[in-house]
Amino acid sequence: MGEFLLVTIQVDLYDRLALTLEEDLIQMVYKNASKGVLIDISALSIVDSFMGRIIGNIAGMSSIMDAETVVVGMQPAVAITLIELGLPLAGVHTALNVERGMALLESRMSARPDDTSDGDDD
Amino acid sequence: MEQNIIDGLKSKKDQILKQWLEDQSSASEYSNNFNTHEELESQSSELVDILLNSINENNLKDYSSSDLEPLTDYVSSLTISRARQGFSPRETATYIFTLKDALLKALNDLISNDPSQLYQLTILISKFVDNIGILSFETFITGREDVISQQSDEMAELSTPVIRVWNGILAMPIIGTLDSARTQVVMENLLQGIVDTGSSIAILDISGVPAVDSLVAQHLIKTVNATRLMGAECIISGIRPEIAQTVVHLGIDLSQMITKATLESALKYAFNTLQLEVKRVEKKSN
Repeated sequence: MGEFLLVTIQVDLYDRLALTLEEDLIQMVYKNASKGVLIDISALSIVDSFMGRIIGNIAGMSSIMDAETVVVGMQPAVAITLIELGLPLAGVHTALNVERGMALLESRMSARPDDTSDGDDD
Repeated sequence: MEQNIIDGLKSKKDQILKQWLEDQSSASEYSNNFNTHEELESQSSELVDILLNSINENNLKDYSSSDLEPLTDYVSSLTISRARQGFSPRETATYIFTLKDALLKALNDLISNDPSQLYQLTILISKFVDNIGILSFETFITGREDVISQQSDEMAELSTPVIRVWNGILAMPIIGTLDSARTQVVMENLLQGIVDTGSSIAILDISGVPAVDSLVAQHLIKTVNATRLMGAECIISGIRPEIAQTVVHLGIDLSQMITKATLESALKYAFNTLQLEVKRVEKKSN
């Protein structure tokens, strides 16, 4: 989607799949020179500390590659689990659904001073 | 030898039951208000039946033995049904303890010529019946505890209402202390409310929380973080001067969170964030 990447996680991720996702995603960010990554986890009902860390990692990696990460559609049970596990995912932006996540990314993009000089090529 | 005695007791079942019923009607503690005489008689005869059928020389000393299960089950259900009828635990226990007298009397008839054996068995039977009495007490207390925990669950559920104050704004007034169990309920309800209504701002009003200690503050921070993970913003409102004082004195850092003194200012902040405006409109007078 333009300069944004949209990832929807449709199945409960087991560890290896999560690692593959992390790798693929970060490659895609590089290839497309993405400015934003939107991860939709609304179908995810179970999360463990590993998964929490993967999400945190993706956000961290994207940010040093100058892309912002927004996690959208987190289920209440997942949020509570992450908090109870002591993983508040600091540095990750969140939104209620994909629509609002997009709006958030767009508003953050327009707030960037170097936006025009950087992303106009394609 | 004990086996013989138990068989002897079994053969004297009718006498024991009769004696017990007599003792009951003469006991001054025992008021016969609740049950009819027939009901009481059938209940008592059933208990004597079960008692004499399940007792044997092994479990007379070992109360946890599995063949006593019918007896413990019956005593439990008896206690519960009597508690529902309004008997005090004392009355139920007395009811069971009077059975001891009848049993010991029958025992006395069986062993009239050996005082030392009589003494030994008296102690055994006495302990056995005491144990049944204690069991009845325990059942009573467990029943009470169940009721209490059920009520506290209901109270926790009742005292955490999620209110939709505006399109996109939720509020949850918390009344009473936040403990771990309640935080869980508060969090679940709030987050579910956010999902259901698609709200992006949640106001947690703590005007009704009597005191904020570090534990409560920790729970608040958890709730705020969980809301953030969902993609909504959480405002804590209703911070009274006393709460502000204790929070600062305890060295709790709430600076990362949006906090407001009143629900009104939290609402104003929410309107501002959602770019809403509330204005006074001059009414046309006709």
